[in-house]
This record gives sequence, structure tokens and C-alpha cells, in this order.
Amino acid sequence: MSYDPIMLLDAYRRMRAIREFEETMRREVQAGTVPGFVHLYCGEEAIAVGACMHLADTDYIGSTHRGHGHCIAKGCDFEGLLLEIYCKQGGLCNGKGGSMHMADLRKGMLGANAIVGGAPPIAIGAALSAQVLGNKGVALAFIGDGASNQGTVFESMNMASCLKLPMIFMYENNGYAEFSGVKWHMGSADITSRAAGFGMSSVKVDGTDFFAVYDAMNDAVTRARNGEGPSSIEAVAMRWYGHFEGDMQKYRKSGEVDELRRTSDPLVKFEARATAEFGIDADELREIDEELREMIEDALAIAKAAPKPTPDALYTDVYASY
Amino acid sequence: MPVKNIRDAINETLKLEMRRDDRVVVIGEDVVGGLGGSSGVEEAAGGTFGITTGLAAEFGRRRVIDTPITESAIIGMAGGAALTGLRPVAELMFIDFIGVCFDQILNQIAKFRYMFGGRADVPVVIRTMIGAGAGTGPQHSQALYNMLMHVPGIKVVLPSNAYDAKGLLATAIRDNDPVVFCEHKCMYLETCEVPEESYTIPFGVAKVTREGTDVTIVALSRMVMLANQVADKLKSEGISVEVIDPRTISPLDTGAILASVRKTGRLVAVDECNPYCSVASEITSLVACEAISSLKSAPVKVTSPHTPVPAAPNLEQLYAPDAAAIEAAVRRVLG
Ligand SMILES: Cc1ncc(C[n+]2csc(CCOP(=O)(O)OP(=O)(O)O)c2C)c(N)n1
Ligand SMILES: [Mg+2]
Repeated sequence: MSYDPIMLLDAYRRMRAIREFEETMRREVQAGTVPGFVHLYCGEEAIAVGACMHLADTDYIGSTHRGHGHCIAKGCDFEGLLLEIYCKQGGLCNGKGGSMHMADLRKGMLGANAIVGGAPPIAIGAALSAQVLGNKGVALAFIGDGASNQGTVFESMNMASCLKLPMIFMYENNGYAEFSGVKWHMGSADITSRAAGFGMSSVKVDGTDFFAVYDAMNDAVTRARNGEGPSSIEAVAMRWYGHFEGDMQKYRKSGEVDELRRTSDPLVKFEARATAEFGIDADELREIDEELREMIEDALAIAKAAPKPTPDALYTDVYASY
Repeated sequence: MPVKNIRDAINETLKLEMRRDDRVVVIGEDVVGGLGGSSGVEEAAGGTFGITTGLAAEFGRRRVIDTPITESAIIGMAGGAALTGLRPVAELMFIDFIGVCFDQILNQIAKFRYMFGGRADVPVVIRTMIGAGAGTGPQHSQALYNMLMHVPGIKVVLPSNAYDAKGLLATAIRDNDPVVFCEHKCMYLETCEVPEESYTIPFGVAKVTREGTDVTIVALSRMVMLANQVADKLKSEGISVEVIDPRTISPLDTGAILASVRKTGRLVAVDECNPYCSVASEITSLVACEAISSLKSAPVKVTSPHTPVPAAPNLEQLYAPDAAAIEAAVRRVLG
């Protein structure tokens, strides 16, 4: 497969943006400036970006509690995200959702979701809309390995398969569900075999390899847009940090993350291949790094300084107002 | 007497009951924690909030059953096991997740005894966490226990302090009906004197936490603490407030509430649920139907508003009733 350099630079920009954003969040959580719980996406950047590179604003994603990366990959802006994480006026959800519920329908982002297994049924609803409206749109749900055990997920796969919905189940197997290892909490050898049982194309890829995710997603999106029904992709990429920022991680052997950083950093892997095989210039990537760092710090400063929602906001938006 | 917090009181009760009866088992997500993890440390968590710490070590994995994330199956399995010889204590991490498993509670567990013509015992406890105030956002902060009060066949317990938590949980585990035991997430570290030995507190028996003659406050869970503060504050102004903590809302100690209102002639009902069909509404309706002639003024309900729980901390602070709202209500019923 050949890759357009413009696409590759865009993909890099999105992955680096996620990394930079999440490292910034980590720093800020440790400094105590961030309200609520924050679940970081570092180590899994290639999954969100490999998937979302194939999606337009008119395509939809459903997300999880670990949703920052999905939002960035789908094109939500830093300022809207950070205002929301800081629960400020002008945030993507006007401060009412916070980190675990960020949504941006204009960007086809159906919401992070604090109910594990909450998003897949909603995402197949977006796939149904695309099918009924005949607009060639597709929908995708990001689903954790832990979430893959929920009945809602099985039901959504079966429904999507029965109705031949333009739907992609993107499983993020990051090794853990909270403090439980996937070897313990999953009865089958993997998610891929389960998804195949629902009668859909089902593949397993290295989730730290952008190209692998991108290629698998290419096939899945093509099938969906051609009316050939749903697909499943299981992308394996360990998370680098705790379940939430602050998690003691006693369940993990020490040094595991250092090893991951050394051997399977999705950004390092991407850069190595993009520069060696596809003519991407490393200097250009450094410029992107610098630019993103500045953009994120600027957005962070804006978010911190922004006003909180006014008290009357507690009562608005329960129902439509006419 | 030793001083303990609610978290430790619950942990201790689980251990005491598991020692007392081999049929008691604990089921839930990460109740052991760390299984299948790379460090090989067993019980790396002991519950997401450490409530089940030490159980796996003492009672073994046969009785401390760590599960995948799958609430319908967890709650249904606990119900099925309760029908067939075990006395499960299932953990529903946040009451908000009841949405995932409500069929097993509403249509199955709650109805077994009645539907089977009285020929079934259903000794299952669902321990769950309720409440706003911890910055956990719209899907992890609800109260919702009012919905369970509506369902015949389920008992609903709302401890407001460590002493009650211990005695009520023991009763719940020994009870032969399904019990939902609601722990407020902002109260785990609240302490009081708690005896070492095991004891039970009967369901349907309210506690008068402050005696008074001018106004009755009926308050639940964390609201009891706030109501007590208000009573103590107003005492210095010569206002005598009685605070009633029903402790269980199903069964509800209607007698204690009515007796108090007949004495004071005034009612403030405080409850963290959304206002419509709240427990505060039920208590107000009880008083209106049974003791209206004793009332000197219209009762006042103090509840959360008819909105979800917002993520923004400054809005969340305005969400659940606070001491100021309770105090204002007391002044209102006093006219
Ligand atoms: C219905 C429901 N059950 C339990 C939880 C608590 N919880 C939040 S995240 C999580 C683990 C999810 O694991 P996984 O799906 O693998 O996602 P990851 O955190 O690894 O991205 C759990 C148990 C929840 N939020 N919702
Ligand atoms: Mg996971």
C-alpha cells in the first residue's frame, strides 16, 4: 500500500497532538488543577488516529471514558476540549459533561461515555441513520477490552450484522480493564474470534502500528460504504499510565511501561517508517511538535482563565427550549 | 469504644458475616483486583475503593468472586445463586450502573418470592455507591434509590454513619429478601464509635438523631449529617429541631415519622434524589394523608433539582441540598 505524504503528516500531527495533550493533562492532574477523573490515552494513539484518518465529520464515532484521544483524532479543537475538561463556559459541553462525557456532534463525535459498554448501541444508531438516509456515512465505536464483555456490545454486534449496518467495532485491547488483566477477564482467547462469531469480518492488528490500523480500517470502511455490513478490528496496544491518573498500579510489574516506551512507542514506530519508506522529513515533524506544544499550552491557559458556568446553567438544557 | 469510618465498618462487617456463614460470598468487578495483571500481585486493589480489602486473602477466591465488567450477569448471577443456596453480596460499583442491569433487579430478583407463590428465599445484597459531591459527573453521581423504593420486593437501606452501616449491613446479609445497600461516596471516611463485635439493626426502625419540639426534619444518607448540623446551629437560637433518620426507606418507619410530626406540627423532608417521586415526596404524602390535622404549616421538600448532575464542580455544589437549604426550609415551615 502506498501512503500520501499529506495524509501521513496529518496522521502524525494528530498522534503527536494526542501525546502532547495527554502528557500535559498528566502534568496538570498531578498539579491538582483538573477536576474529576481523567483517563489517559498515551500508548494507544495509533488506534484512534489510524481509525479516524478514514472518517469525515459526517461519519460518527462513539467513545469511552478514555476519550481524549478519540476526540482529538476526530478533529475536536484543543480549546473546546480543554475548556470542557476544566468544566468552563464555552467547553464542548458547556462544562456539564467534563472529561468523561465530551461530545461534539459537529465533528461526528457522539460522546465519551462513562458507562462501560454505553457507546456501541448509540454508534449503531448512527450507522442506522447513515443507512436509512443513504448518505454513505459510517459509524465506529471504540470499545475497551473490558467493555467487550458487556451484553450491550454483543447485542450491538449482532444487530449490526443482522441489519448489515455500515458499522465498525474498533476494539482497543490495552491489556487491562481497571485493575484486571485481559487474561483474567476475557473467557475467549481474544475479541477477534468473538466478533467473527457474529458473522462479520474480524481482524486483529498491532495497535501501536499506525499503518496496520490504517490498513485494516481501510478495508472496514470500504465494506461499510459499499453496503457490505459491519467489521471488527481488535487493536492491541497497552496503556502507558494507570487506569485513571493517580492509580497506584500494583497489578502491573514495575518497568513494564519503560519497556513499552522503549519498544513500542506508536509515534517512534510511525516516524521510523514514515521517514525511511515514505519520504517524510524528520525536521518537518519537529516543527509540528513545536507548533502543537505551543497550541496546547495556549489553549490550556485559555481554559484555566475562562469563567466557570454561571449558576443558572444548572437548570438549562434538561429539555429543548423553543 | 473504637472509632471507625464507614469504609472500615463495611469491610469489617463483610468479614464478620463471611466468618459467620460460609454461604456468604462477595461478587463484583475488581473486588479482588489485579487478577491477570503482569505483577502477579493478588488483591492489588480489594475493590475500586478498597472496601473489599483483605477478603480474598482470608476467604479465598472461591468466595470472593472477581468478575468481568458485566453488570447484568453479575446481578443476575447473584440473584440466581441466592435462589439456590448462597447468600451473595454483589457489588454494583456505582448505582448509576443499575441502568445496565435493571431487568435482573426489577423483573427478576424483586419478584421471585411473590411470583413463585412465596416458595423462594432471595437472600441477596446489592452494595452500591450513591451520591453527588465527588466530581464524578452525570453518569456516576446519581442518588436513584427512590426508584428502588417503588419496586415491591426489594428492601432499600441508606446508612448515614459507620455504626448504622455495620449493623444494617449485617441485617441485610442475614435477611431473606433482596436488599440494596446504598453507600454515599462522600461519606466513606466519616467516623463514629463502632463496637468490635457483630450486631444487627432491624430494618424499618428509624433513629431520632436530634430530639426537638418545633420542627421535624426527615433526612436520608448524607443529608442526615447536614440536618444534624442545622439542628445544632438552630438550637442556639432557641429553635428546637427533631431529626429523623429512617435508615431504611423500604421498609419505611412511618410510625416514627408520624409520631414526630404529630409532636412538632411541622415537616421538612430532605433527600438527595431528584424532586419528582422522590423519597421526600413520599414522606410528605404520608404526612399529608395521615397527619394533616397536626400540621401547623405546609411541609417543605428539600431535594436536588430536576436536572442531571453536572460535571462542573461549581454547578455540582449547587446540586444536592446543603445545610443552608435545609436551614432555609426550617425557617420557612416556622413561618
Ligand atoms: C457499566 C459500568 N461498569 C463499570 C464501570 C467502571 N469502570 C470504568 S472504566 C472500567 C474499565 C474499562 O476497561 P476497558 O473497557 O478495557 O477500557 P480501558 O479503561 O482499558 O480503556 C470500569 C470497570 C463503568 N464506568 N461502567
Ligand atoms: Mg482496557
